[in-house]
Amino acid sequence: MSILVDKHTRVLTQGITGSTGQFHTRACKEYGTQMVAGVTPGKGGSDFEGIPIFDTVVEAVKKTGANASVIYVPPPFAADAILEAVDAGVDLVVCITEGIPVADMVRVKRVMGETKARLVGPNCPGVITPGECKIGIMPGYIHKKGPIGVVSRSGTLTYEAVHQLTELGLGQSTCVGIGGDPVKGMEFVDVLRLFQDDQETEGIILIGEIGGSAEEQAAQFVKQHVKKPVAGFIGGQTAPKGKRMGHAGAIISGGQGTAADKIKAFEAAGIRVAKTPAELGSTMKAVLKGA
Amino acid sequence: MNIHEYQAKEILRRYKVNVPRGKVANTAAEAEAAAKELGGSLCVVKAQVHAGGRGKGGGIKLAKSAAEAREIAAKMIGMKLVTHQTGPEGKEVHRVLVEEGCDIARELYLGIVLDRSIGRLTMMASSEGGVEIEEVAARSPEKILREVIDPAIGLQAYQARNLAFALGIPKDSINKAVAFMTGLYKAFTESDCSLAEINPLVLTKQGDLLALDCKMGFDDNALYRHPDVQAMRDFAEEDPREVEAAKYDLSYIGLDGNIACMVNGAGLAMATMDIIKFYGGSPANFLDVGGGATTEKVTAAFKILLSDKNVKAILVNIFGGIMKCDVVASGIVEAAKQVSLSVPLVVRLEGTNVDLGKKILRESGLDITPGENMADAAEKVVKAAGAAR
Repeated sequence: MSILVDKHTRVLTQGITGSTGQFHTRACKEYGTQMVAGVTPGKGGSDFEGIPIFDTVVEAVKKTGANASVIYVPPPFAADAILEAVDAGVDLVVCITEGIPVADMVRVKRVMGETKARLVGPNCPGVITPGECKIGIMPGYIHKKGPIGVVSRSGTLTYEAVHQLTELGLGQSTCVGIGGDPVKGMEFVDVLRLFQDDQETEGIILIGEIGGSAEEQAAQFVKQHVKKPVAGFIGGQTAPKGKRMGHAGAIISGGQGTAADKIKAFEAAGIRVAKTPAELGSTMKAVLKGA
Repeated sequence: MNIHEYQAKEILRRYKVNVPRGKVANTAAEAEAAAKELGGSLCVVKAQVHAGGRGKGGGIKLAKSAAEAREIAAKMIGMKLVTHQTGPEGKEVHRVLVEEGCDIARELYLGIVLDRSIGRLTMMASSEGGVEIEEVAARSPEKILREVIDPAIGLQAYQARNLAFALGIPKDSINKAVAFMTGLYKAFTESDCSLAEINPLVLTKQGDLLALDCKMGFDDNALYRHPDVQAMRDFAEEDPREVEAAKYDLSYIGLDGNIACMVNGAGLAMATMDIIKFYGGSPANFLDVGGGATTEKVTAAFKILLSDKNVKAILVNIFGGIMKCDVVASGIVEAAKQVSLSVPLVVRLEGTNVDLGKKILRESGLDITPGENMADAAEKVVKAAGAAR
């Protein structure tokens, strides 16, 4: 088992004719993901390396049975693309696009609240179940099938964690990058719930950063509902207040969202916090062994 | 992006949100003329910088005549205003806002922020205006009133009434308060604000509501659809290194340490700063070179890093996923040659084509210290910076 995606997931790419969309659609297909369709308005009827392209998501879903969508369209059009995918009835939408206006995401979140579809992102690396399905821009080869669930707000820091795990012989059940934006689809809590219910996941790595209160909520959830060992890390312990650290959501505002508060919340919930990002893998291993 | 108080008030005026009459002045003579235009009696001269706490720092002064307004402006323009938000070096005042005075009955607080945990805008109000809202939140959270706004329908009149009555606004002024709040919400959403704060919101003895001060911030991701807001950008208020970095699509934040870092990815960049600190060093900056670190980008990044005279060593930390390590390595070598590096450079590469990347660095003839992993690289760079001191 795994969460969100597996070998049966049928994926369509929105924005398949752009250079990013093409590059990553090819990489995901090579990894073994079932890339069944692409959507670019006005390019319907053509194909990308054998993958049929449609004008609308609803048509792509109807003709190919796609049940997940990945979005690479530019920021001004990305919110519309998410809503189109949701309306077409896909179960999972993964939005890679960085730079979507917050107001657009506020509206998207309002609509998502009334549907069963799940959104991962935006501004995220995507989701991967090693050996089965890769949706997004993460390098596939650093992953290995196994028992650790990874959830993170950061892309490259997730790769760092995954790489360390794989080197230590610890594979991953599923890795979910929930993204660095302030308003997004799935939050830590939503992913943690799935990991807790997943038979294959034996341990969880939770990687947070400064800004907002999602880590505090995650800690609360772990304390009450998660029976599996959890290792964590919070990026931005040295970040100054009031400055946006790259990610739109990584900002300490009004004294809220500091790394120190989040680490305290993690520790109070029994999450073992890695002292440095170089110890993400070894900390997980230690917790797993009960050390 | 942030704007000045006088600019925020211009936006409010467009939405019929009441603000005091006033005019911005770039010189003492302009300030005197503005004061005369307001009637020549009591007025307020306010330094225009992007920082709070101006009053305590001497950036807000009362003038009893136009001549006095001139005198005050002459002293204020060109001075370095130091407040708790500017840092000890202060911010140079380039212009002042001259405003009419008003009869204050009460000082309140009104603001709109994004509640990230629910993904909705929230209008916040408090009867304790004129002090920092964070302070009120910490001291007496029950004094902060909130109305969560449904994005599909916007702020409703009843929500504004809820706040207005709870603030104790007299019943004859309730409709004015509703119009004020509705206007503020409209200004916020139509300009893609990230923050709007009216502190204080003043209830005058005549029963009017006025935005005595206004702070507005905007969502950088939405600026493309607001050229009028973009035109309000004041580069003099920003760190020149951040402005330069943005030209190359680099995300840079200057800090006060002496170890510069260049990293791909915001999360890893923050974590790299953290690990430098863990090993006893102090990061000089945050820098995310993004997904495609071309030679041009890396060169620009090195130049920005080296423009900081405190820098004693540089750490490059790259996890090559999609970005191949050999391409990054070539970029580093080329850039290092172009900028003639004067401080020790530690490079940690990991990921796709890592061996090839390391080989390129080794054979470059440049004095580059390889880091085996993040911890090793951090330890080495901290040591190098210490030795250089």
